[in-house]
Amino acid sequence: MSHLEIKNLHVSIEEKEILKGLSLTVKQGEIHAIMGPNGTGKSTLAYTLMGHPNYKVTGGEIRFKDIDILELEPDERSRLGLFLAFQYPVAIPGVTVANFLRSALNSRRRVENPADKGIPIPEFRKMLKERMDMLKMDHNFAGRYLNDGFSGGEKKRAEILQLATLRPEIAILDETDSGLDIDALRIVSEGVNALAGPQLGVLVITHYQRLLNYIKPHFVHVMMDGRIVESGGPDLALHLEEHGYDWIREKIDEAV
Amino acid sequence: MQEKPKITVARSRRPDSSIKGFAFSHLDLPDSKNGLGSFRSSAWEEFTHQPFPSSSMEAWRRTDLRFFPSAEFGLPKENATHDLSPVPDELLKPLIGDRHAGQITLLPGSSHIELDQEVRRKGVIFTDLVTAEREHGDLLKSLIGTIVRPGDGKFAALASAMANSGIFLYVPKGLNLEWPLHSLMWGPGGNLAYFSHIVIFVADGASITYIHESASPDESQPSMHAGIVSIHVGQEARFRFVELQSWGRHIWNFSHERAQVNRGGNLDWIFGAVGSKLTKNFSDLDLVGEGALGRMSGFYFTDGNQHLDHDTQQNHLAPNTTSDLLFKGALKGKSRSVWQGMIYVAPGAQKTDGYQANRNLVLDDQARADSIPGLEILADDVRCTHGATVGKLEQEPLFYLKSRGIPQREAEKLVVEGFFDPIMQRIPLDGVRERFQKAIHVKLSDE
Repeated sequence: MSHLEIKNLHVSIEEKEILKGLSLTVKQGEIHAIMGPNGTGKSTLAYTLMGHPNYKVTGGEIRFKDIDILELEPDERSRLGLFLAFQYPVAIPGVTVANFLRSALNSRRRVENPADKGIPIPEFRKMLKERMDMLKMDHNFAGRYLNDGFSGGEKKRAEILQLATLRPEIAILDETDSGLDIDALRIVSEGVNALAGPQLGVLVITHYQRLLNYIKPHFVHVMMDGRIVESGGPDLALHLEEHGYDWIREKIDEAV
Repeated sequence: MQEKPKITVARSRRPDSSIKGFAFSHLDLPDSKNGLGSFRSSAWEEFTHQPFPSSSMEAWRRTDLRFFPSAEFGLPKENATHDLSPVPDELLKPLIGDRHAGQITLLPGSSHIELDQEVRRKGVIFTDLVTAEREHGDLLKSLIGTIVRPGDGKFAALASAMANSGIFLYVPKGLNLEWPLHSLMWGPGGNLAYFSHIVIFVADGASITYIHESASPDESQPSMHAGIVSIHVGQEARFRFVELQSWGRHIWNFSHERAQVNRGGNLDWIFGAVGSKLTKNFSDLDLVGEGALGRMSGFYFTDGNQHLDHDTQQNHLAPNTTSDLLFKGALKGKSRSVWQGMIYVAPGAQKTDGYQANRNLVLDDQARADSIPGLEILADDVRCTHGATVGKLEQEPLFYLKSRGIPQREAEKLVVEGFFDPIMQRIPLDGVRERFQKAIHVKLSDE
């Protein structure tokens, strides 16, 4: 079983420390939610896990499947089974969704076997259609340029389509609910739920509780000022919804 | 890393830009027993009077010829081809479908011509310049020098005078040719001067596709090419013309090209340029008849020390004419590209629709792209738009692609291919698209 283990992680952007000793373990099959006010470093955590070059790890470690991934390039992390659904997916003009997904799949195959000829086109098309149907996406979506001119909902669905195609072992969903109306939120959540199970561990990063009405976490963590400050079960999310974050702040202040 | 040897160059003199000596003279003008003699000698006369291009001329401001080694080029001898690199088979493959209606290979000092018998019987002339002069002298004489004139520039004059190599394509009225014609100019060898003159006449109502490629291997010594392409698209005629430039890295390449599109005619003009040391290319689209339409699509990719300068003109000389230009280029290494474009709308050319866009993707810090659009509009009821951009390979798209498991090099290739996709969409010819894709692949893999 794959583990993602984050230990005492310190991360800076342009000399400013954002993560200040964050520890968390996510196992395959588990759904974790990280909640917290804006500006506490949630997205920094997401980008750091995926290896964005602007985020500098100054201390601590990230191990995935017992491998120190800090030295790995983002593509190596991805091929190892890590996935990040972006809060702001990037447009790649001129590259179709289908072409992109095929390249991503073939990159995986080539690492296993350098002589691989790539996934056969009919097999790929069939697979892609199935996944698009699951997410109630029009088939002509495959021929559109990736995230180019997509609506907010289309972008998030495209992220989940990638999740469904690449089949990672641990997926980080960074504010996947932002910019979604209720219908889109339901479709995206249903997609995640359909994929969740013993083979997939999920780390949901969200500002709002509402996403957790659709994706039920096993564990809920509260993040503040670059650390996990409170962890609990699903009821912690409900408590936060009702009482906000102030009581946690007070608790921290008392402890100090 | 090995230290680079230090080279000290003592420059005793700065090459003079006004006088350029060539190793040939009017005595070297091709024999013209049957027709083009007076055209050539008057072009030579023009050549001697034209000033040598210098950076003080607007068209040459960004392309420096001070170190153009004009005196080092000799003319290829007859049948010189036997001593030089042969044509790679790959360049002779059909680029559209699986066959040609005709194919001409222009070699140093000789040529090879094939034309389908049926096509010949229908009245199509597709032959080299020497044969055209011999067999269709009067027709050729009446057409040559009327669209691109020797007075258009120093190299236009020189090519008009000296070109013995070239193509004459004549498509008779109303003829619709299903299969494309293909020609290749192969210019191997160093210290050589190549000249070419292509004369194309697509008569009223005719329709045809023609691909011409200029190519050579890389050589250690410099060579030059000066060429002319003149195109007549008749009334209601349709002409698709693909030009591929894959000269070796040693070639100084100059060309003057102009297409005249008559009433209701349609020209689809496609350029692909990946070769040469330096290129200065003038491509003018003259929409001379009402309702004429011209589309120009350019693909270029430079690397190393290459310098490619494309100078385009979209001249709307009649009402209701439409032009649509898109040039896209990527640059690597220390290479440089220049695109300088002008849409001109003549007085009275109302209801004109002109568009021009140039997009550049600079892949290395030391590469540089200059993009200079221009409009000159002398009519009041027109629609003209233009755009020019120079961008870099950005980090965020690459990170996004890599986060999906795609390695850096592959991610870069996807972004570059994506960048060129709008050009590929304009080229409904699989073989040509594949050539461009292959060029992208080769250029990106070369270190």
